[in-house]
Amino acid sequence: MPILTTEDTAERLARLQQIIEDLLKEARRQGASAAEASVGGSAGLEVAVRLGEVETVEHTRDNGLGITLYFGHRRGSASTSDLSPAAVRDAVSAARAIAEHTQDDPCAHLAPPELMATEILDLDLCHPWAIEVEQAIELAVSCEDAARTYDPRIVNSEGASLSTHLGIHVAGNTHGFIGGYPTTRHSLNCAVIGQDGELMQRDYWWTTARASSDLDAARAVGERAAERTVARLGARRLGTREAPVLFRAEVATGLLRSLVSAINGASLYRRSSFLLDHLGKSIFPEFVRIHEQPHLRRGLSSAPYDGDGVATRAKDLVRDGVLQTYVLDTYSGCRLGMPTTGNAGGVRNLTIEMGELDRTALLREMGTGLLVTELMGHGVNAVTGDYSRGASGFWVENGEIQYPVEEITIAGNLKQMFAGLVAVGNDCDFPGSTRTGSWLIDRMTIAGE
Amino acid sequence: MNDPIAIARDSILAPAGLDESALDRLLGHLTSAAVDAADIYFQYSRLQSWVLEDGILKDGNFSIEQGAGLRAVSGEKTGFAYSDELQLPALLEAATAARAIARGGREGQVRIGQAPTKQRLYEPLNPIGSLPDADKVALLQRVDAEARRADPRVREVVASLVAVQDTVLVLADDGTLAADVRPLVRLNVSVIAEQDGRREQGSSGGGARADLGYFLVEDRALTFAREAVRLALVNLDAVAAPAGTMTVVLGSGWPGVLLHEAVGHGLEGDFNRKGSSAFAGRLGQRVAAQGVTVVDDGTLPGRRGSLNLDDEGTPTQNTVLIEDGILRGYMQDKLNARLTGTTPTGNGRRESYAHLPMPRMTNTYMLAGERDPEEIIASVDKGLYAVNFGGGQVDITSGKFVFSASEAYLIEKGRITRPVKGATLIGNGPDVLTRVSLIGNDLRLDEGVGTCGKEGQSVPVGVGQPTLRIDGLTVGGTSQ
Repeated sequence: MPILTTEDTAERLARLQQIIEDLLKEARRQGASAAEASVGGSAGLEVAVRLGEVETVEHTRDNGLGITLYFGHRRGSASTSDLSPAAVRDAVSAARAIAEHTQDDPCAHLAPPELMATEILDLDLCHPWAIEVEQAIELAVSCEDAARTYDPRIVNSEGASLSTHLGIHVAGNTHGFIGGYPTTRHSLNCAVIGQDGELMQRDYWWTTARASSDLDAARAVGERAAERTVARLGARRLGTREAPVLFRAEVATGLLRSLVSAINGASLYRRSSFLLDHLGKSIFPEFVRIHEQPHLRRGLSSAPYDGDGVATRAKDLVRDGVLQTYVLDTYSGCRLGMPTTGNAGGVRNLTIEMGELDRTALLREMGTGLLVTELMGHGVNAVTGDYSRGASGFWVENGEIQYPVEEITIAGNLKQMFAGLVAVGNDCDFPGSTRTGSWLIDRMTIAGE
Repeated sequence: MNDPIAIARDSILAPAGLDESALDRLLGHLTSAAVDAADIYFQYSRLQSWVLEDGILKDGNFSIEQGAGLRAVSGEKTGFAYSDELQLPALLEAATAARAIARGGREGQVRIGQAPTKQRLYEPLNPIGSLPDADKVALLQRVDAEARRADPRVREVVASLVAVQDTVLVLADDGTLAADVRPLVRLNVSVIAEQDGRREQGSSGGGARADLGYFLVEDRALTFAREAVRLALVNLDAVAAPAGTMTVVLGSGWPGVLLHEAVGHGLEGDFNRKGSSAFAGRLGQRVAAQGVTVVDDGTLPGRRGSLNLDDEGTPTQNTVLIEDGILRGYMQDKLNARLTGTTPTGNGRRESYAHLPMPRMTNTYMLAGERDPEEIIASVDKGLYAVNFGGGQVDITSGKFVFSASEAYLIEKGRITRPVKGATLIGNGPDVLTRVSLIGNDLRLDEGVGTCGKEGQSVPVGVGQPTLRIDGLTVGGTSQ
């Protein structure tokens, strides 16, 4: 069962647009003063192999619609996985029933009509992959095989998996806004297990892209997974100490995510952010620029409009180390007395401007300290910025990696960590919508034995 | 009507026009000579949620999800497809896709039997309708008022109420025809307290497989409000947590998340069949101190992690994982039990019809010991007393696990002294329980808020334990 083809998508887009129109019409009929709705469907194939044999073949097919009705400043929402005309009517009735009990909230309204996206930019996000199950299995097997044959210490595998999805999403509201477009996403992952004496280590790597031609080679993904696993073997603990910490690029994305969550409107109006009242203030050293590019062609988070139907736009979140904007949707903006920034649903394709230093130069710049390649747990307090997470990585002396380390924690406070950012590397080499090099932080507490 | 099978037929099969002969045909189509096992999981789920913020009931949502997941297993290979359309043609198409995993063979002949479930750990009720909507709103308003009344330093209050009715019907080629109607309710309160420019958060909540009256019993909802405020205020006074390896006393109840992360995941049957768990091949060996007995028990009445039957139709049970320090058992679903020659333990769970089942925990807890909790604290000269936790995570292969404290205190000379900021605790799963030196007599289960994630699938779970003293756990604070 191959997944949807391009011809099917045009027909399906029209059908979903019809559902939006039906939803909005039904909302008006049931007395709503305004309404917004979204509907989507996706189809996909996921295969997983392990030890050279196919383990699972999954055919996915998801549908869903959601509607929010406004009666003046009261609102109610409903959603369902059923797209039949009866379900459309029932969803509107269910949302209306909810709105009978919600209370007047002056910020409960649609975004101003003049902010609606008027043109649905083609961001080159849809590249269906006409791959058959057999081919998908072959690719996953070759990925895992590259990992398993990389080093004799790779003794076991969690397998490799390939997935391909095509989704179509349409949104509309009673301002007359309606938009929709298809997107695709393909990924290949591999995780293998290495052994050294009694102890085992596991690590993984992955590639993901809008177009299959943009994926890394299957064997390269496998080799990278194996290389990372082997590097962890023989990990030791560290004694408790303070030291500089280098967050490898792929884990530094978590620090950017913490920034975004702290300048997100919902955290701010709930006063649950450590960056309350920091707009226009310096939160990073001067060299730091962080920008959002929602219109990046083939970008993994690209979108022409946000969850409120508002046109998205590129912008700097941080320039010269200074916080330039919060990340707001219509509701949270209203709560803060500010206009929306077109970020309903989050930020899209965040990039921190890379520095000059490559991996080796970053280690030399750090001198003696901890290189972190994996973080564990949820120890980030968004309200205070207090940070304490499990870590593993490598101990570095005089710019040289000495040995792998594990079962330690790193702790500090995000505000001080941001201010203590010494350098951002030029070593962004992982897939994803957040682009960053490694981050060197001047000092954190490492807890160990 | 309170027979789960009758409810499932009425709410799932009848509207789609699926009768006995359609089900026989469907299961037969899914099964071929090369298929070792096949099953179909029908689900109809309704959820209603309410959010109160700034004293205003500002949001509510009602959602319906329905669909069927079809699985065909051949050896270690699984073919899976699902559909949110329940009409026979859509299901037959999904069956064709799923069975392609097993090549060749003719359609199987399957007659579905009926194995009525004996367990009745909760009533097959619909909690959404168990309280008028206006009363749900009033309940959240009382929670908000109680939190604000409790202390003038409370600035923000967010309270939410969720009620779910999940109806499932499982058909399998081994003759299983089983259904379960699963109510689930949850109430959460989160507050921000401010003092001298410092802000701290406190959260509390609870839930059960019950109707919404659960929150009205002894004003339970208001207890959660006061608890959230208490936590925020404790943290307003907290100093930096210590860093390093020290004696840690874990409180009873929710700190049982230690067991979930440190040993629970590592004892799930799939990881052990594949040899990817640090516990693989260690049955019969000592993995914990004497006196440590850990069970996974899906049969506790009304608990969030309990199920009358798992998502493969197997009745849940009380499975001993560790007995007096010795590793005794793994948690199994049908697939892993068959491949390892063991028996399913009622731990085959899935997030929804759109996900494959796998071995998952239910309610995981340690049995009580004999020590008075106060005596345990008094035994520590210098250490940490951790009472409340946020989430945790484990790397089952290396065995390393973490969990983050949200309420903790220093112990100095046998006495609880100052509150310290939340710190992450890190340890090694196969090793940590060997360091348990004292076990309290105060076994308690959590309040019913746990959600466990594995391979992208979330399921509700429970944890519990008595007060424990652990000699040597690494505390990730900033104060040396």
